[in-house]
Amino acid sequence: MITESAPVRRILMTLAFGFVGLFLIVPLVTVFGGALQGGFPLFIKNIRDPYTRAAILLTLQTAAVVVPLNLLFGVTAAWAIAKFDFFGKRTLMTLIDLPFTVSPIVSGLIFVLLFGAQGIFGPWLMRHDIKIIFAVPGIILATIFITFPYVARELIPLMQAQGNDQEEAALTLGSGGWRTFFLVTLPNIRWGLVYGVILLNARAMGEFGAVSVVSGHIRGLTNTIPLHVEILYNEYNLVGAFSVASILAFLAIATLVTKMLIKWKTRQEMILEEAS
Amino acid sequence: MKLLLKQKSVLPGFGPALGFTLFYLTIIVLIPISMLFLKTATLGWSSFWETVSSPRVIASFGLSFGTSFTAALINVIFGLIVAWVLVRYRFPGKKIIDMLIDLPFALPTAVAGIALTTAFSERGLLGSLLGSIGIKTAFTPLGIIIALTFIGLPFVVRAVQPVLEDLDKEMEEAAVCLGARRWQTFVHVILPILFPALMSGFAMAFARALGEYGSVVFIAGNIPMKSEITPLLIITKLEQYDYAGATAIATVMLIASFACLFIINRLQWWSHHRQEA
Repeated sequence: MITESAPVRRILMTLAFGFVGLFLIVPLVTVFGGALQGGFPLFIKNIRDPYTRAAILLTLQTAAVVVPLNLLFGVTAAWAIAKFDFFGKRTLMTLIDLPFTVSPIVSGLIFVLLFGAQGIFGPWLMRHDIKIIFAVPGIILATIFITFPYVARELIPLMQAQGNDQEEAALTLGSGGWRTFFLVTLPNIRWGLVYGVILLNARAMGEFGAVSVVSGHIRGLTNTIPLHVEILYNEYNLVGAFSVASILAFLAIATLVTKMLIKWKTRQEMILEEAS
Repeated sequence: MKLLLKQKSVLPGFGPALGFTLFYLTIIVLIPISMLFLKTATLGWSSFWETVSSPRVIASFGLSFGTSFTAALINVIFGLIVAWVLVRYRFPGKKIIDMLIDLPFALPTAVAGIALTTAFSERGLLGSLLGSIGIKTAFTPLGIIIALTFIGLPFVVRAVQPVLEDLDKEMEEAAVCLGARRWQTFVHVILPILFPALMSGFAMAFARALGEYGSVVFIAGNIPMKSEITPLLIITKLEQYDYAGATAIATVMLIASFACLFIINRLQWWSHHRQEA
């Protein structure tokens, strides 16, 4: 096996570890260290604070709306794009990727332009006493926009790699469309789907920029967990900010561990399949 | 819908699936984004130009562009090293490090922002260390670069990793047999193969950094003309109820995003074809 000389190897390893340590491990240690700075009882007290609880509740509500909608979209879009060959497919995929590159601030702003007091639908909404911007619907809309591509992005390459043979066989044998989807396609993509949903959920719960534009930051009413972290931090309540932030950091780590387990699981299944 | 099909398929549901996809995409993404252009069109060219060419806005464009570019460049260099070490070397804890690479995708930006600011502030773990050798990071453009490097970290590593894994060892062996030194093999054989993936990782890290807000606002200091990034300037305009100003700046940013997306698309296509050839 060709490789670098031992000193070069050592230098490269040191640089890689240094970079990862500096940019990934230090922030994580800072979050959990900061949360437990005042001891465990203070940490629990910070988590049980009524404003924190309200923020957690709103974040859960938002995710409960956003995740099923974007999951439905992701699976449908992946079915159309991965299983069929049609004109304009590349353009469609680029458009689905749009929310990845648009700044979260711009994403929030476009909803203010639509539904805000100065916006196109603003006067109409005002007359009918419907509040979207600086209220919960605005938070949900902005989060849907930001997390829109995740499931589709995860599923499209997976479904393309698996091809159509199994579905075609099932249909030839007389299985219906839905039955084929639930009994053939879904089991094949289940791990990709699980990871897509978990990533979607983590991004939905953690979105900051876009939500910060549309929320209005009303404590106890339109404050999500990340926005609450910002408020606590700006009040110089560092322990409080890190305690609340540690919930989100924990969620992030859980997401990464799930990804690793799924990768391990699919490899195991591949080995088993090859052996049989 | 059926007319769009290039090839007939026995699989059902193309029409409804594509129909729903287009409907959802239009409602959630296309209509809201077109509002931005519509609103900008009502501003008129002169007032648009007046806003986006004001010194404070130009300074923010320069800062956002420069710091994003620098951060993406740092990620190309270190991302390549990290990917190399992860693919080529064996060491304990490799799986954990590989797992952690995706942290910036999963950790909310506001959490990353306050953690980096605290770590790099004068009393923080790293800030005090850097402070002792006279480098001030938090609340300077250097702090912005640190936050943007964090945000873009996974892109280059994840773009290079699969190419490196698929790399044909025989080419390296051939180079060695022909008398090439290790660094010559790297520069003339390996680097050209990795180049498209590196470029595409760079472009993705850059595009992500350009629009980033959450991780930057805490560490940047946000002083107009000095450390005020463009997304923050949009927020400032909004808070002053200057919707026209915010819209004009956002339009420039959106066009920059479109340009990045187009370039990334081309680069990925290039990288993909190079890999298959």
